[in-house]
Amino acid sequence: MSPRRRRLAILASALLAGTLAIALLLYALRGNLVFFYTPSQVWAHEAPAQRLFRMGGLVREGSLRRDGLQASFVVTDGVREVRVRHHGLLPDLFREGRGVVVQGRMGDDGAFDAHEVLAKHDENYMPPPAAQAMRAGPP
Amino acid sequence: MNALLAHASLVLALAFALALAAVPMAAPARWLKLARPLAALMGLCATLALACLAGAFVRNDTGFQLVALHSSASLPVAYRVAGAWASHEGSLLLWFAALALWTAALARSGREWPPVLLARTLGVLGGIGAAFALFLLLASDPFTQLAQPPAAGRDLNPLLQHPAMVAHPPLLTLGYAGLALPFALAVAALIGGEAGPDWARRTRRWATLAWCCLTLGIALGSVWAYDVLGWGGWWFWDPVENASFMPWLCATALIHSLAAVERRGALGTTSLLLALLGFGFSLLGTFLVRSGVLSSVHAFANDPQRGLALLVLMALVVGAALALHALRAPAMTRSAPFSLLSRESALVANNVLLLGAAIAVLAGTLCPLLLERLDLGPVAVGAPYFDAAMAALMTPMAFLMGIGPLARWGRAELPSLARRLRAAALVSVLASVAVAWAAGHVGWLAVLGIAVSLWIASTLLSDTLRTRGRGARAVQGMRIAHLGVAVFALGASLAKSGGEEREVAMRVNERATLAGESFVLRGVAPVAGANYDALQAVIDIERDGRVVGQLQPQRRLYRLRQVATTEAAIERGLVRDLYVSLGDPLDDGRWLLRLQVKRFIGWIWAGCLLMALGGAVAASGVRTREPQRASQAGEARA
Repeated sequence: MSPRRRRLAILASALLAGTLAIALLLYALRGNLVFFYTPSQVWAHEAPAQRLFRMGGLVREGSLRRDGLQASFVVTDGVREVRVRHHGLLPDLFREGRGVVVQGRMGDDGAFDAHEVLAKHDENYMPPPAAQAMRAGPP
Repeated sequence: MNALLAHASLVLALAFALALAAVPMAAPARWLKLARPLAALMGLCATLALACLAGAFVRNDTGFQLVALHSSASLPVAYRVAGAWASHEGSLLLWFAALALWTAALARSGREWPPVLLARTLGVLGGIGAAFALFLLLASDPFTQLAQPPAAGRDLNPLLQHPAMVAHPPLLTLGYAGLALPFALAVAALIGGEAGPDWARRTRRWATLAWCCLTLGIALGSVWAYDVLGWGGWWFWDPVENASFMPWLCATALIHSLAAVERRGALGTTSLLLALLGFGFSLLGTFLVRSGVLSSVHAFANDPQRGLALLVLMALVVGAALALHALRAPAMTRSAPFSLLSRESALVANNVLLLGAAIAVLAGTLCPLLLERLDLGPVAVGAPYFDAAMAALMTPMAFLMGIGPLARWGRAELPSLARRLRAAALVSVLASVAVAWAAGHVGWLAVLGIAVSLWIASTLLSDTLRTRGRGARAVQGMRIAHLGVAVFALGASLAKSGGEEREVAMRVNERATLAGESFVLRGVAPVAGANYDALQAVIDIERDGRVVGQLQPQRRLYRLRQVATTEAAIERGLVRDLYVSLGDPLDDGRWLLRLQVKRFIGWIWAGCLLMALGGAVAASGVRTREPQRASQAGEARA
């Protein structure tokens, strides 16, 4: 092969490989995006019925119930409320009246089954989605 | 007084940095000699400024705003020092000091370099240093004084009160800032029009040392996450972790690429590009972490102006350098030819895969930020994406890692290469099948990880046997580092698949079993620490009816901040860790506990340690004395 054709071949194969890689990347990304919804959106049936998603807001005061390892509490954005179930320990910074983001799926009974409760980092820290949800609701 | 000294040192450091940046443009050539003393002075002043801040923390001088916000009289001294870089301002000062120290070190070792080259390299570093110093002085002053110092400080964020947090930030910052050296050397090479073996030799040492610091820094961060976050995970694909992983991947590609330039004069253009990109990723990491675009324990301030300033700085530095590369690099290529089957080819493929991995991580990290800006709502990228991307890219890379060191430079012969690899291939396939069968229900990803690890280790062994362990320091360092990758891969894949976990509600003297271990809760009692009160559980570990160990997990409440933390108790072992966290008490007197058995988790960090050790060995083998021929040629060019 002449140097010119060789360079062309290298360039073409690099382009092909790059396109393929980007296509795969986007495909993998699309399958693993976890979207965020507020309790109001969940009530409006905007949240997916089967897929994993995140929901954020404030933990309503006095709503935490514990039965052994089973915990349940209410997440509110000031307009709508959704009951959340979680099996296991709650994170250190979980508090009633504080912001929380939960990740999981909707159960058949209209409660949210949380696989993960995210409230860990800083005492002043409010997850931006939770803050946004609070702003969207009435003050 | 102290604040005055601190401010004065920072202003002086800025002045020296500006002078250093101006030196290469000096009209009389004899002024080039000023570069080395100026670099040393910048290093001295920046270190002094950092020492002033650390001193204020140690003395608990609450006149400093940062001390009032991030320290207290009851905070142990080691954590007071850590408090110095626990804030946005303090961490940027640490960044600047690290850069200035690297610059001074390069100036010290570069006395035999061609003066023009040294002046240009130091000039670029001076420019970057000046930008950081200016940013510190104008937008994020670490020495702000309070008119009325509070009687007591607000204490350090309890999550950061961990031994790893004393060393993690300096090491990581040294890694980030150290990547400025290969960057500056690349820019100087692009200006000078020469990026051959001499350039690679000078660059490799600094690139490798920075890479070592980055490796250790990332590993310590992971140790911290494992110990402190209380969930027993060691890597979360958190944007902040990704921010440190991207420059690491790029720097890894760079040090491999430099080997080809040094030995064969090949891959010069690629190495230049990698040196520029490595520092670009390092600045991007700093931007992501420090600008407040991400919300995490690392993001201190949500001040959009600072974020913008950092972004502009990043765009200017990297953009200008990449433009220079596009203009100059094509004319500089004088690559020695190499065949498709050669060590160079293996290195090229590895670089593509490493860079691909960095891009995949970048895509996953920036995607949520982009979608949010486009008003497509808040979104998160799940860990499975990163796991899949890494498995897809790292498996072929590990395969090449076995072949590369055994392939000859220039042109390798397939039959001899196959002969050398035959035994290793057989061993790794048979052994991983055996391990998979013996371990029982492990996922295919874990089997793949084990196979990869054994493949690397066995090719390494066969190469070491063939050469009877002889080789230059660089080769020895490579072997140690590659062994580290094998150890890491084994640890990571077994930790992912082999753990067991159970959450229980236990009464005192009740027993729970997990993975053949018996845990007995003996009691929960209050204990007091220096700046916290805790509830401490005592848990006996029993085997065959005998007590073989005791674990004491705590729930702490830090007095000043009124923050609760979970202090997991960990019994570390060679092949398994017992990891117990204490949860809340229930109304009926039972305690919630999370019991975990983690497999091979220590191997992950042992692997990182080996990688860093290998890097240090390789860097120690780089000749620092300029060969006569090269320095004469340099003078002639100058």
